[in-house]
Amino acid sequence: MDDLDLSPLKDRLRLLQPKGRSGLLPALHTAQDLYGYIPEFAAEEIARTLRVPLADVYGVIDFYALFLKQPAARTVIHVCADPACAMAGADGVMKRFSQSVASKNTAEGSLPELVVERAPCLGLCEHAPAVLVQGRGATASSAQSYQDLVKGKPEHPRSVIGRSINLLTANCGKGRPTTLEEYRQSGGYQALEKALSMRPGEIITMVKASGLVGRGGAAFPTGMKWEAAANAPGEIRYLVCNADEAEPGTFKDRVMMEEDPHRLLEGMIIAAYAVGAQKAYLYIRGEYLYPYEVMSRAIDEAAAAGWIGETIHGSDFRFEIEIRRGAGAYICGEETALFESIEGKRGFPRLKPPFPTTAGLFGRPTVINNVETLCNVPLILNLGAEEYRKIGTEKSPGPKLFCLSGDVARPGLYEVPFGIPLRVLLEELAGGVRGQRPLQAILFGGAAGVFTTEKDLDVRLSFEDLRAVGLPLGSGVITVFDDTRDMRDICYRLARFFAEESCGKCYPCQIGTQRQEEILHRINRSQPQSEDWDRLQDIGWTMSDASICGLGQTAASAVLSAMRLWPHLFKPSV
Amino acid sequence: MPEDIHLKINGQAVSAPAGSTILKAASSVGVEIPTICYHDYCTSNGLCRICVVEVSGARTLTPACVAKVNEGMEIQTDSPRVRRARKTILEMLAASVDLSDAPDIQAMLVEYQAQPDRYPDAQTRSPEVIQDNPMYIRDYAKCILCWRCVQVCAEDAQFTYAINFSGRGYRTQIGTFFNRPIPETTCVFCGQCIGVCPTGALKPKKQWLMEQGQTTDEIMRLTRSQRRAKTKKTTQPAPEGGAA
Repeated sequence: MDDLDLSPLKDRLRLLQPKGRSGLLPALHTAQDLYGYIPEFAAEEIARTLRVPLADVYGVIDFYALFLKQPAARTVIHVCADPACAMAGADGVMKRFSQSVASKNTAEGSLPELVVERAPCLGLCEHAPAVLVQGRGATASSAQSYQDLVKGKPEHPRSVIGRSINLLTANCGKGRPTTLEEYRQSGGYQALEKALSMRPGEIITMVKASGLVGRGGAAFPTGMKWEAAANAPGEIRYLVCNADEAEPGTFKDRVMMEEDPHRLLEGMIIAAYAVGAQKAYLYIRGEYLYPYEVMSRAIDEAAAAGWIGETIHGSDFRFEIEIRRGAGAYICGEETALFESIEGKRGFPRLKPPFPTTAGLFGRPTVINNVETLCNVPLILNLGAEEYRKIGTEKSPGPKLFCLSGDVARPGLYEVPFGIPLRVLLEELAGGVRGQRPLQAILFGGAAGVFTTEKDLDVRLSFEDLRAVGLPLGSGVITVFDDTRDMRDICYRLARFFAEESCGKCYPCQIGTQRQEEILHRINRSQPQSEDWDRLQDIGWTMSDASICGLGQTAASAVLSAMRLWPHLFKPSV
Repeated sequence: MPEDIHLKINGQAVSAPAGSTILKAASSVGVEIPTICYHDYCTSNGLCRICVVEVSGARTLTPACVAKVNEGMEIQTDSPRVRRARKTILEMLAASVDLSDAPDIQAMLVEYQAQPDRYPDAQTRSPEVIQDNPMYIRDYAKCILCWRCVQVCAEDAQFTYAINFSGRGYRTQIGTFFNRPIPETTCVFCGQCIGVCPTGALKPKKQWLMEQGQTTDEIMRLTRSQRRAKTKKTTQPAPEGGAA
């Protein structure tokens, strides 16, 4: 340990020092980048520099899955084992890689050459089975051994875009980011120019009139959120973009950031101008290294062109964007847990009220919007509220991105107007069930979602139509399961996901996710106990009804829906 | 004087000062709502959810220890929905940790007809007792993660910041920086954490030794030898089992 040099860390910490505790996650990332893990002496140096108690620093390191307390290996491969990847053979990949690694890691006492670890959904579901090789996304579909992935630089898998309209994804599908120049040529930043000629209140009125609701899962009216924050007392306001996309089956925000970063930036700048925020944070999940790099470059480009900075195109509006990287915690997608994370704390969700629009990040009025939501904003400015409302249905206006994965012929990102029937999306656009097998189930809304069957294939994809049949639109995740899939295995994986991702703050979720996983584990091994049905029901309803935040409140949602659809799977055979 | 808020608790008309919690408003008319993590002198976090009540119009149950009263609120503190949540939480908790030193929680198990053995094959949290200082022991097999010790060690009382959390989810535990022994932390041995611990997870060392069956004489002999060992420490390392 003594041979590790502290001076490069000290140099970089100097830049973070003014941020105080809020600089903790960036500082820990810095240390890990330098040393491959976070050595104790580095953690002490960070604590001293940022003036954070030692015990708190450790509490933060140990909360986030991507922070390592010991050296791991020269190369780390993360293999996703959540449903879409599991169905594409992730367990086999894990086994093959681990076996070939075992023969490689022979030298005792020295750092192993390679470590293969199971990971939660990596947001690469259309490339299942997905892996991260040293943080870089790749598909393991054709890899026989890990050598196929580590030799050379793995190619970033190219996004698959399908659509019936191309309003949000017009610049997507090139397999590389759209440059500022290209974005300008396609009419980019005109919406911002228009916005800067308007009064902030007029923009809020327009967004309210557009009927835009949040695309992150909660479907809260965006204009109302902006208005509440704009009217909240105080001079300092924040805009936060939630790019902590981690719901199993979701990858839309990743594709938008990778392929069209300036659309998001334009949406953020307009939103900040409208609500009176001088600073924005873009919080990107830790596993999204490439999107982080793309967004960093795009921010530099936009700043050089005067779209971000001290004066924005001659106006007296001044604005900066800071990117924050998460570090492996699904809970940080919950908005108040995300604030805690930016503030340098464990990602515990806060009690509400107070709500973010009055007391959010650093206790200030804050607007927090999802990536896709903000990508709609330039479109609304360009089209005007009335034209925008012509897309979609009356109660669900606008375009919507859907993430299709699992047993579907063409997994990928699909842009459609709200209101098209599920059957059209699944069968006409995505080619139906892979191999034309019979459809067994569809999971709507990811791990926190609800299962259904072909009975709902004719439902129209809008908030109101889905609500009527009891399905959540969530963030637009549709996972498809053919007739060969064992739904007990899928339920067990979802339960394991929540048990690993629960923050541990409130008892119903902290203990309920664990008990739920244990019971589903034995059900998956065909060893259900006669009382397990009632136990799962009590756990599920208690988590849904008594947990603090959305994670706990939905941690049993899919399992409870599976119990309604296939009760026999959860009971001992007679 | 804050103005009064008018609400109904279990059908009974209640008025309470604005800003009161549901817990206090209910208590003022003799309706007792059970609590576990709540402590009068600690910041309330609404963790244990034993105090949840049913508020008309609310989508989910509401934690009475932190939720404020509102004009016209209608609250049920003992409905079947509430009882189901409390019973389930108690049963899951009993399957997780050793509640033998938590008589209040044991009484709640009886009150809610909770079966402590409802989850027979559950993985318990049962780490070894940590004896790393002469003043107190830490038996996290009894820890219910109420957060009180962490809070009194920080802004709720002492501003010492010796302890925080490790792990997350079900694997959360109270701990120190890289699990250092207590004497190597900022702990000032104020004892406040022991005072607020509701389950005997934190205990004075002497009390714990007596519970292990040691007599006061034996404990005196032990501490005397430990003190001797400590004075010699400058020249030679303390014997195994030593105090520091």
